[in-house]
Amino acid sequence: MDLFLQQILTGIANGAIYACLALAVVMIYQAIDHFNFAQGEMAMFSTYICWSLIAAGVPYWAAFFITIIVSFLGGLAIERIIIKPLHHAPVLSHIVVFIGLIAIFNSTAGAIWDHTIKTFPSPFPSGSFGGLIGLHEVGMFFVTLILLLAIFSFFKFTRVGMAMQAAAANPVSAELVGIRVAWMLALGWGLAAAIGAVAGMMIAPIVFLDPNMMLGILLYGFAAAIVGGISSPGGAVAGGFLVGIIENLAGTYIPAIGSELKLTVALVLIVTVLLFKPNGLFGKTIVTRV
Amino acid sequence: MSHLLEVKGLHASYGPTNVLNGLDFSLEKGGVTTILGANGAGKTTTLRAISGMVTRSGEIKLEETDIGAMATADITRQGIAHVPEGRGTFVRMSTEDNLNLGAYSRNDKAGIAEDIERVYSYFPILKQRRTQQAGTLSGGEAQMLAVGRALMLRPRLLLLDEPSFGLAPLIVQELFAILKRINVEEGVSMLLVEQNAALALEMADHAYLLETGNIVISGTSQSILENETVRRSYLGY
Ligand SMILES: Nc1ncnc2c1ncn2[C@@H]1O[C@H](COP(=O)(O)OP(=O)(O)OP(=O)(O)O)[C@@H](O)[C@H]1O
Ligand SMILES: [Mg+2]
Repeated sequence: MDLFLQQILTGIANGAIYACLALAVVMIYQAIDHFNFAQGEMAMFSTYICWSLIAAGVPYWAAFFITIIVSFLGGLAIERIIIKPLHHAPVLSHIVVFIGLIAIFNSTAGAIWDHTIKTFPSPFPSGSFGGLIGLHEVGMFFVTLILLLAIFSFFKFTRVGMAMQAAAANPVSAELVGIRVAWMLALGWGLAAAIGAVAGMMIAPIVFLDPNMMLGILLYGFAAAIVGGISSPGGAVAGGFLVGIIENLAGTYIPAIGSELKLTVALVLIVTVLLFKPNGLFGKTIVTRV
Repeated sequence: MSHLLEVKGLHASYGPTNVLNGLDFSLEKGGVTTILGANGAGKTTTLRAISGMVTRSGEIKLEETDIGAMATADITRQGIAHVPEGRGTFVRMSTEDNLNLGAYSRNDKAGIAEDIERVYSYFPILKQRRTQQAGTLSGGEAQMLAVGRALMLRPRLLLLDEPSFGLAPLIVQELFAILKRINVEEGVSMLLVEQNAALALEMADHAYLLETGNIVISGTSQSILENETVRRSYLGY
């Protein structure tokens, strides 16, 4: 029983990572109506920026917020400079661009900061909560919830949030009501980059900082977003925790999986949910008349 | 009456194919003008050219402002509301959110709330459907929503692309009566594209006949109604 509880709590701790990243995935999906496969590498790069600031003597929270702003502007710039010219290009060229972005961020980070693994500070006290779950994980849990609340309010209650959803769902009609769709896309990239930066800075104290830190994690982030429902930020967070817990329990109790095959759990979850509940467990069912 | 919209030498194309070959026409302020023509004549393209949704060249003046090179969102903000072919509602959003988005470029909260109520008074069924996803509305309801969303802009000019498409005759009568009211009571000028020529000519005061990208006949609705060619080809008597 103790082992079970421990595994659940570890699952929740891992889940906080996935939930945080899933929020960034949902954000970009709401804004551009497809995935950004370079999201993980962008978050990794942001985290390095924060690391450099801290190394240069900037206090943690100042570095945290500077990184968010820089990442926002960076996301905006990527959309304007690289993505926008491809607006009418076929899907395949988008995928090539994403792969290109992944390579660029990965090797640039390696070139600037080298490939040695670095520790990354946590803003939360060290130690654990009753010996069961680390205080960093607890802090991260609350950061994720705050982020979720902010994103939810943004889409639900602000004009710009509504406009962004409208622009992604139906760009032509969005223009016809006066929404400048091109700017909405750029804004979506900026916000997704900023949220990704938060995720990176929260994840790095756990997995340590290196150019490949996001490689496996992003897949879990996608799994979380898909399991929860790509249209719903709340669902993505719930999906994150669910994926974390399932992954841990499967790794512990199904001997064939163990710790090596854990990553397959994410894939199995993605495929299963897409097969049986394409809108996710908590996603809004999209009803269209045909 | 002065001209609200003045179009000169309007060309439009999709890729390499030219669809409009230099149209000249004008709309009177407060009036209803209709464009008639067979399938594929270029009616939808004409409305799209005005809204900046296709590659176009030529002069398009909305009163004093040249909108010929503006982007769609900016043209909308000049007060031209476009009810597109196929309605173009935001299917995943509620009826009321669609109306709210129609007023996206406005900042007067009180005025927007007032206008939503006004749209509901024109189309009471929309009020009953206010929280329903727009994608699940019936064809008639969706068309009313499309018109209602366009009104939320408080437009100077309303572009209507086949508003009667797919609607039962009774609903069509109702919709056109309301459009007439909006035109008369609120002074919204309209450019109407319709397959149903008899209906369009009854509603409009001026008409243009478009054939493969050229205007071949123009005049008051009355004179068009009396034109032999129009009668035979478009009215069927
Ligand atoms: N997106 C497009 N790409 C290429 N050609 C197009 C496109 N849309 C329309 N066309 C062509 O442009 C011409 C005019 O089309 P348009 O839609 O303006 O006609 P219409 O008068 O509105 O016809 P209908 O009464 O059938 O709606 C047609 O020959 C059509 O095939
Ligand atoms: Mg048409």
